[in-house]
Amino acid sequence: MEIFGIPLQALLSQLLLGLVNGSFYAMLSLGLAVIFGLLNVINFAHGALYMMGAFFAWMGLTYFGLGYWEMLLLGPLVVGLFGIIIERTMLRWLYKLDHLYGLLLTFGITLIVEGVFRSIYGVSGQPYSVPDALAGATDLGFMILPNYRAWVVFASLAVCLATWFVIEKTKLGAYLRAGTENPKLVEAFGINVPLMVTLTYGFGVALAGFAGVLAAPVIQVSPLMGSNLIIVVFAVVVIGGMGSIMGSIVTGLGLGVIEGLTRVFYPQASATVVFIVMAIVLLIRPAGLFGKEK
Amino acid sequence: MKRKTMKFGHKAISLAVAAALGFTACGVAQAQMSGSEVKIGFITDLSGVYSDIDGQGGVEAIKMAIADFGGSVNGKKIELLTADHQNKADIASNRAREWFDQQGVSLLIGGTNSGTNLSMAKVAAEKKKPYIAIGGGTARLTNEDCTPYTIHYAYDTVALAKGTGSAVVKQGGKSWFFLTADYAFGASLESDTARVVKAEGGTVLGDVKHPLSASDFSSFLLQAQASKAQILGLANAGGDTVNSIKAANEFGITKTMKLAGLLMFINDVHALTLNLTHGMYLTDGWYWDQNEETRKWARRYFDKMKKMPSSLQAADYSATTQYLMAVKATGTDDPDKIMAYLKKTKINDMFAKNGYVRADGSMIHEMYLMQVKEQSESKYPWDYYKVVQAIPGEQAFTTKAETKCSLWK
Amino acid sequence: MNKKIAYSILLVALLVAPFGMYPVLLMKLLCFALFACAFNLLLGFTGLLSFGHAAFFGGAGYVAGYAIQTLGLSFEVSIVLGVVAAALIGLLMGLLAVRRQGIYFTMITLALAQMFYFVCLQAPITGGEDGLQGLPRGKLFGLLDLSNDLSMYYVVLALAVAGFALIVRTVHSPFGQVLKAIKENEPRAISLGYDVDKYKLLAFVLSAALAGLAGAVKTTALGLASLTDVEWTMSGLVILMTLVGGLGTISGPIVGAVLVIGLENRLGDIGEWLANTTSVEWFRTLGDSVSIVIGFIFVICVLLFRRGIVGEAVAWLAKKPIRKPS
Repeated sequence: MEIFGIPLQALLSQLLLGLVNGSFYAMLSLGLAVIFGLLNVINFAHGALYMMGAFFAWMGLTYFGLGYWEMLLLGPLVVGLFGIIIERTMLRWLYKLDHLYGLLLTFGITLIVEGVFRSIYGVSGQPYSVPDALAGATDLGFMILPNYRAWVVFASLAVCLATWFVIEKTKLGAYLRAGTENPKLVEAFGINVPLMVTLTYGFGVALAGFAGVLAAPVIQVSPLMGSNLIIVVFAVVVIGGMGSIMGSIVTGLGLGVIEGLTRVFYPQASATVVFIVMAIVLLIRPAGLFGKEK
Repeated sequence: MKRKTMKFGHKAISLAVAAALGFTACGVAQAQMSGSEVKIGFITDLSGVYSDIDGQGGVEAIKMAIADFGGSVNGKKIELLTADHQNKADIASNRAREWFDQQGVSLLIGGTNSGTNLSMAKVAAEKKKPYIAIGGGTARLTNEDCTPYTIHYAYDTVALAKGTGSAVVKQGGKSWFFLTADYAFGASLESDTARVVKAEGGTVLGDVKHPLSASDFSSFLLQAQASKAQILGLANAGGDTVNSIKAANEFGITKTMKLAGLLMFINDVHALTLNLTHGMYLTDGWYWDQNEETRKWARRYFDKMKKMPSSLQAADYSATTQYLMAVKATGTDDPDKIMAYLKKTKINDMFAKNGYVRADGSMIHEMYLMQVKEQSESKYPWDYYKVVQAIPGEQAFTTKAETKCSLWK
Repeated sequence: MNKKIAYSILLVALLVAPFGMYPVLLMKLLCFALFACAFNLLLGFTGLLSFGHAAFFGGAGYVAGYAIQTLGLSFEVSIVLGVVAAALIGLLMGLLAVRRQGIYFTMITLALAQMFYFVCLQAPITGGEDGLQGLPRGKLFGLLDLSNDLSMYYVVLALAVAGFALIVRTVHSPFGQVLKAIKENEPRAISLGYDVDKYKLLAFVLSAALAGLAGAVKTTALGLASLTDVEWTMSGLVILMTLVGGLGTISGPIVGAVLVIGLENRLGDIGEWLANTTSVEWFRTLGDSVSIVIGFIFVICVLLFRRGIVGEAVAWLAKKPIRKPS
């Protein structure tokens, strides 16, 4: 069966790949939005931390014999811990300054982290195999569905929605949102705002680490896997606006799908389509699709 | 008055700081043109997608050649300079230029990556110094981009196309789709192979280009599968080939298409294991298990590196030795005399028998069409290939009728 | 008057430098110094952080390279074309970017520059991963043969000095004063009636054009136009040079550029020297870890050295008491 001259199997497979990429965009832009909302810092290191998550999964297997499922829990925790250390020792000195210093600091951290991993492991990727429980593919009749990639979409959606729920619907989330709007007032109520800030950074970063572990069987685990991804995520964030959590999720997934469709119909543009969408959105709605101008 | 003095102080100090920093940063030790040493420069990919097939192993091979030669020639010590070009043409050409200008390098050897080879060849031609391209495959080095100072030593994309391409078509693989690394090498390999395929009566249904060192081949492979071609021609090398083959297996592409690895080295087969590569054809200029001489050298290399050498690493050794012999024979490292000597002397060593350097710079030697053994046929570690056919050099490489090099008309 | 004396000293030093040092390295330093100064016009004096300046630097390089090699145009024309191209890219980028403020502005420039990178990667005329190689230098005005390193150096020096002079002139002009006002307090500038967006755009285009001049000259001097010059890491590098040297100072970026490029080129040698003096073998691998060292410098500068070398020097001098004979 063909749609616009493309066989259905190919179209759906590319769409699925697009959804997978979209899940990563959603998770990473979600983490960025959460961090920016409370800390006013654009965390350039998000890509490098995502890479660390993937590398920890690989290291866990290679050096400690820890499997995928253990690392899915452990990886984000270690990355989150690393994030907390960064926040406590370096980021907190910059909150009173212009945004750009936060960006530059995290940029410097990116260079260091990527450089260290590159000097130890080189640039070529390390292989990481799909866990046995998720290996293989299911034949749905109209397409062959690789099990692991379906799992990636499912897991990321679950995590994103859980995050959205916590932030929008629970008391903890309410403190967080209040802290974003008016930290002094929230502190006056007895809430330990600095602690909340630190934990928020740790959580945002742990999300990136989780995405990294998810990505390990799909993409080559290489020190540079984060850098090109992070810039696309920045574009996603500009398109979505950093106002709402749901906005980040929807935008991320949507753009992944658009990218997948572009790969089918006009592959030459697939690398630039996200940026083109960004340019269009900027012309029509400068604040972003879901954004509130800060 | 006070203000002006302060301002002068600021400006003068800041500019003096600028100047001082400038001179300290730049002028640490000014290297002199070598008179007392013969310097060989080697620029290759030491850390990236091609680091296995040449890389540090190539450095070791050259060191072996220098040591075997005695460490000095015509009374001068031989020194080796190495650099990692990270697959970037600008790093390669800048370093090459600096070495020629500042270090007085007499021979530049080019490791992997055709793009860097082309840029280094141009610098060497500008500086009129000998340049031996080993790792880079693009046949442009001896065609459109040939120079009087370039020698293309180990293999090129034309030989690969005529070897593997022809063999696969003859076996029944008539319709092709290419997965191509998007730079000079991939483009050369694809166009040279496409030409051979069409000449033998096959068809090319299309191609998809992937960035060098791509992380995820899934979307490219899906496009390939949609073409419904019989053969998926892999116009890439090193880590890219390994990953494409792995991904093709993961996505079940191998169920509907056969893979043709247009450039494969023994390191790739080792990484993929015979399971994924058995039956695949490949064309190469040298194999460690060909005869007693090759085995002997390969074992020495294995003792150092703990893996068997690829043809590139063997070529590094051979080319260095041939150059040093030329320097000894002519009594000088004058580039024109060396190039003249190399172009009229037969090459007979563990790498090539009755090899010679042609007017266009190609080192003509026998190429071998080989096939990867089945698991059951492999009796000992690294026993991977069986030789299907020996292709004489004159047939494998660009012929006089086909050449685009102005030096060989 | 006194500034002129100080700059003259530097100029004399630069005039004799190629006789003691490798001219090609000096040319590279001059180009990057101009690049950093052009960038600082936007960051230090207008307060806009662009993370996409590589698009102008590298884009102009490609245009100039294509012009001089494929179109066979002369050196001057190729450089002018490069500058015009950079200004155009700057105009397009600026029109989109100035719609947002602060950190969004930065992210937009980064994203647009990355899009430009992909265009350069895929377009056949840029040579993709291989770039444009073996670029000839041609003759200046059909008379001076530039393939001689020394002649080329003096031409590069002249262009760099001209670019720098233009920046100094701009900063001290009424236009420059408005830019400073925008940097310090944008709402106030708006309330005073200035069309702030237009000024920002103009500054952006000017900065882009001068960055393009630096890029076009560097490409012809080194003979190669490649993707490295349009990568985001190049944008990051120029930010570092400006930060290390001193934001908002005029000579700061020059110091920063010299330091960073010098470091890049000599890190291997510095590592060797450190390894020999401290007997710590790890230093020998320092040459391969350029980005780690640069990352460290970034982090330290942002945390401790925010004013940069020149900024700190100026502040330190200002604290010293001035003795005046009564």
